[in-house]
Amino acid sequence: MPKILRTLCAAFAMVMATLIVATLPAKAQLKLDITKGVVEPMPIAITDFLSGDQLGANISNVIAADLERSGLFAPVDKGAFIEKISNPDAAPRFEDWKVINAQALVTGRVTKQGDGRLKAEFRLWDTFAGQQLDGQQFFTSPESWRRVAHIIADAIYEKLTGEKGYFDTRVVFVDESGTKEKRIKRLAIMDQDGANVRYLTNGKDLVLTPRFSPSRQEITYMSFEGGKPQIYLLQLETGQRELVGNFPGMTIAPRFSPDGQKVVMSLLQEDGSANVYTMDLRSRTTTRLTSTSAIDTGASYSPDGSQVVFESDRGGRPQIYKMGADGSNPQRISFGDGSYSTPVWSPRGDLIAFTKQSGGEFSIGVMKTDGSGERILTSGYHDEGPTWAPNGRVLMFFRLPPGSNSPKLSTVDLTGRNLRQIQTPNLASDPAWSPLLE
Amino acid sequence: MRRFEMIARSPVFVALFLSLAIAGCASKKNMPNSAGDLGLAGSAKPGSTQDFTVNVGDRIFFDVASSVIRADAQQTLAKQAQWLQRYPNYAITVEGHADERGTREYNLALGQRRAAATRNYLASQGVPAARIKTLSYGNERPVAVCDSESCWSQNRRAITVLGGAGS
Repeated sequence: MPKILRTLCAAFAMVMATLIVATLPAKAQLKLDITKGVVEPMPIAITDFLSGDQLGANISNVIAADLERSGLFAPVDKGAFIEKISNPDAAPRFEDWKVINAQALVTGRVTKQGDGRLKAEFRLWDTFAGQQLDGQQFFTSPESWRRVAHIIADAIYEKLTGEKGYFDTRVVFVDESGTKEKRIKRLAIMDQDGANVRYLTNGKDLVLTPRFSPSRQEITYMSFEGGKPQIYLLQLETGQRELVGNFPGMTIAPRFSPDGQKVVMSLLQEDGSANVYTMDLRSRTTTRLTSTSAIDTGASYSPDGSQVVFESDRGGRPQIYKMGADGSNPQRISFGDGSYSTPVWSPRGDLIAFTKQSGGEFSIGVMKTDGSGERILTSGYHDEGPTWAPNGRVLMFFRLPPGSNSPKLSTVDLTGRNLRQIQTPNLASDPAWSPLLE
Repeated sequence: MRRFEMIARSPVFVALFLSLAIAGCASKKNMPNSAGDLGLAGSAKPGSTQDFTVNVGDRIFFDVASSVIRADAQQTLAKQAQWLQRYPNYAITVEGHADERGTREYNLALGQRRAAATRNYLASQGVPAARIKTLSYGNERPVAVCDSESCWSQNRRAITVLGGAGS
């Protein structure tokens, strides 16, 4: 583990610098309005970055795949390109790109530096206005080329939509192998596009529900280690692990507070009830937030840390409730048919995502934070456990085909129209998206 | 990881950030419930775990989303309680399980609720509660996987495991 992490550190240590942005202030700038619901994907031409080898094409392919998967961009087939870019610093022949209907054009170059690092430069052009929109350069170690591609894709996404991207992120999840009755589960981490999968546990102990810290390279998860299922912390950089609290029973459903200083979770008690507790990671003090004979679990903080949303069957079937972060004033907010669970507050603060069970199907949906405006984004035999991309526009979840116990990860955007499966080496469940750190 | 922040539309070379970006960087014999199912009645040594599993029945089943001890389960638990009192040296762990038609975290809690209800019933039949541990596997250890009630009903169960936490 430490060896892997040292490699990681080296891989992701990079210097980034802006390049000359030699443009005049734009008029009527190319912009994709993604706030209106249905969006026609913007045609964009992403040329192979100039390089002496395959790397330039590899980088361009990762950028194109990121943008395409967002559902907001339609990369133009490279076979349709007319102009061959030979100097990415010079203005392209805009007519050649307009005629193939590429509204935006990306050019770039990747070169090996004397010190062994890579330099990756790109420019983003508005073909119809005939001007440059963005231009940046990055330095990195060669093995981090995918990460540079994701950072460039984020820059393009942000420039053209006005919102932060989410491509330079990772996902921690549970890798599943073994028989369908007795799965072997390992914690794993990967890039958001499914690349660079690395294992964090060895499969000896059953592990579930990993969640990223919003502020550190740290995850919290549940492990059945030693026959006493409890919540643990795992430092990704060092591999150091520790138990969260010393509770008399099983603890489940961990999640960090927005400042990363607390873990909220449920304690399963002797009488069969489940109540919500927090543990302060600095003072090690625990605080009980709910007192019920029912099941209260799946707690998730609002991004400002002032409120907690959770699921409870205190009224019969599981429903979503909201309360103050101190446990005050719990109120039910879901009232639709069926049952609701796994509420997760959006990082933008405006929505709560959930799993809904109704009519024999499991759905992923969102509602406003007062419970109104419910929208189902995707339904199936078993869709469960949404996690938000850091920009609050995309959800990842796991989906099981009927009767198989064979989960895979998928993403869906807030329109519900862009559903994609994530390729993973094995079966996969319990995804949790990393934050974007500023 | 630290994010690169663009200094927008600066006409000249701007530069630059150094950012050190570090990123991410049981159990149980799944056996039939009764001796008749196996045709082994009487072949197990009295007082053995096999005797308990085969001749008494190590598991009970629950209705959907319920932790109520059903009438058929009460009979099984009464037999379990008698046997456990006759053989007081076994450590006892009741494992609660849920079917797959629920969400993972809720099912862990539901399994615990079933295990607790089972322990309480055994205690009411004379087995000291302090002798009985509980553990929930939620929907992590189904005995049967398919897309119908014929499997799900087998998975909504509590198993009385002798000799400690089921391995």
